[in-house]
Amino acid sequence: MSGLPDPADFGYLHALNRAMHAEMAADETVFLLGEDVGVGASGVTAGLLTRFGPERVLDTPLSEQSFTSFGTGAAMSGRRPVIEFQISSLIYLVFEQIVNQAHKFSLMTGGQVRVPVTYLISGTGSRYGWAGQHSDNPYSLLAHAGVKTVVPGRPEDAYGLLRAAIQDPDPVAVFAPSALLESTAVPDPGSEEIVPLGTANVVREGSDLTVVAVGQCVGTALEVADRLSDRADLEIVDPRTVYPFDWDCLRKSVGKTGRLVVIDDSNRMCGLGAEVLATAAEEFDLVAPPRRVSRPDGTVIPYSLALDRALVPGAEQLTKAVEAVLAADD
Amino acid sequence: MKTDLKRQIDLYSSMKLIREFEERCLEMAISGEIIGGIHPYIGQEAVAAGVCANLTDRDLITSTHRGHGHVLAKGAEPRRLLAELLGTVEGFNKGRGGSMHAADMRLGILGANGIVGAGGAIAAGAAWAAKSRGSSEVVVSFFGDGAMSQGVLLEAFNLAAIWSLPMLFVCENNMYATSLRLDSGLAGSAARRAEGFGMVARSVDGMDVEAVADATAELVARCRDGAGPAFLECRTYRFFGHHSVLEQLGVEFRDRAEVAAWRERDPILALGEKLGKDVVAGIDATIREKIDEAVEFAKNAETPDVEDALMYLYAGPAAVRPGVIL
Repeated sequence: MSGLPDPADFGYLHALNRAMHAEMAADETVFLLGEDVGVGASGVTAGLLTRFGPERVLDTPLSEQSFTSFGTGAAMSGRRPVIEFQISSLIYLVFEQIVNQAHKFSLMTGGQVRVPVTYLISGTGSRYGWAGQHSDNPYSLLAHAGVKTVVPGRPEDAYGLLRAAIQDPDPVAVFAPSALLESTAVPDPGSEEIVPLGTANVVREGSDLTVVAVGQCVGTALEVADRLSDRADLEIVDPRTVYPFDWDCLRKSVGKTGRLVVIDDSNRMCGLGAEVLATAAEEFDLVAPPRRVSRPDGTVIPYSLALDRALVPGAEQLTKAVEAVLAADD
Repeated sequence: MKTDLKRQIDLYSSMKLIREFEERCLEMAISGEIIGGIHPYIGQEAVAAGVCANLTDRDLITSTHRGHGHVLAKGAEPRRLLAELLGTVEGFNKGRGGSMHAADMRLGILGANGIVGAGGAIAAGAAWAAKSRGSSEVVVSFFGDGAMSQGVLLEAFNLAAIWSLPMLFVCENNMYATSLRLDSGLAGSAARRAEGFGMVARSVDGMDVEAVADATAELVARCRDGAGPAFLECRTYRFFGHHSVLEQLGVEFRDRAEVAAWRERDPILALGEKLGKDVVAGIDATIREKIDEAVEFAKNAETPDVEDALMYLYAGPAAVRPGVIL
């Protein structure tokens, strides 16, 4: 692919592409590196090489570990690198370079240095048929380690959060769900607003039960809310930033509804859903036990389409969880 | 161009400062005043001194877990380095880094690193940034022979070579990766590996500070001229064990005769003989005084407030929840 995507296909991917163009135009210290970024293999980086040249768009060899720390060194020298990983599982390869190096430099040096790097994971979660090593959602791992982590669920958030991530003085991971990337079901509205990190969004207001949903699960939650609208009024909170989490927004929502369900397309054990439920149990007033819908513990996505679909949380499981919580205090 | 005598005095002073500092640190680590212990640089001083003698304040380095020598040779104040090792707010890292991370970043030290081989790729990114802003800065990445087995370092060789980065990889080959002998841990030779990436590589006697300085001068000049990365292997030896705790435990993994033979080749004594007793006595006294003063300063420095335990975790705003909700 070269040049910008066809206007007929303006969706989530286009929003990310717009954000890259805007940040690189606005700030000369921003540069892009990664595998096949010149040709824009993922579409997210399309047109950047032509517009900004090879001095700011670096096609790297297949050396994730070194080019991730290369970004750290460049960031410590006044640049703002954006490093694209087209496959979420590559994050496992560079866990040391992100968590143990880039993330720790600020504290370890007593604030002498900052590391403004953006890790753009343009393809996280299942994309059906990509099987075991290309279908994980490792955002909870980075959140656990304390790396600022965002999972935009809508095109305008993809645009606004990617720009905020690049402008942030710390390392930030941006996870773009595969399920949304190539979808044009939700068009890119062309918004140019920056979305501050750490701010959740109430996607749908309601009074009976709060659903926390990230990434493509936001769409799933909206679908379920519509389907159940004659029986219950669901409020949907999209944290947008997984870490640092906007607890104030969620506290306010649950304070109103008293009921909570989380849909989180990552593994159950120590996942985002677990943290949200634990915090709710400790700090919120709930009128019914909360539930979470997630992948099973330690999921490895199998190849076969039916098996893949069975393990990724969807509308059916969310509906059941919502019904169970609503029934608990009837 | 410095005269030979002036250069010899500078190199001797640089090495002696590291030696005196490290001997004092080793005592303080064994007594428990320095918590966590240290990786003593004693024996390898000629490498840091010889390499850094060719660098300006604007040139950059990445250092290692055995980093005090590099940091001092780059010009860091001993008293603030020691203040860091004692975990005080007067330390370069305000007590947040300790021995393995102590660095004065104003002197172009991009961190001392607790992970073997981790600095090379960080150095490459800094070298790229320097090159792209058209400066003549050079980045030196120090690492040991053990790091030659780390994939990320070999990847960094490749990045530096394909992008023709102004950097010098300095391998301090002290023959042991903790306890593993070089001949059991490294296939081929370090310098040959570097040549395989198309780099100019030199291998010098790392116990001869003038030889290290001469080789570095040649290679750094190449880097400044835009000739791409270079590699320098310094064959050296640490007189003490890998880490102070191994000294305390009495863990020995090297032949005593081997250690004794290398101690005979002490780079500080060798250059001291050339300078003569009188010159050496004067320098030594000045340095001892400086280290005495550093110890006094560091011991009187304040420890950080526990309320600030996670200060500097982020450069930007981020609300961190407490671990215990009371």
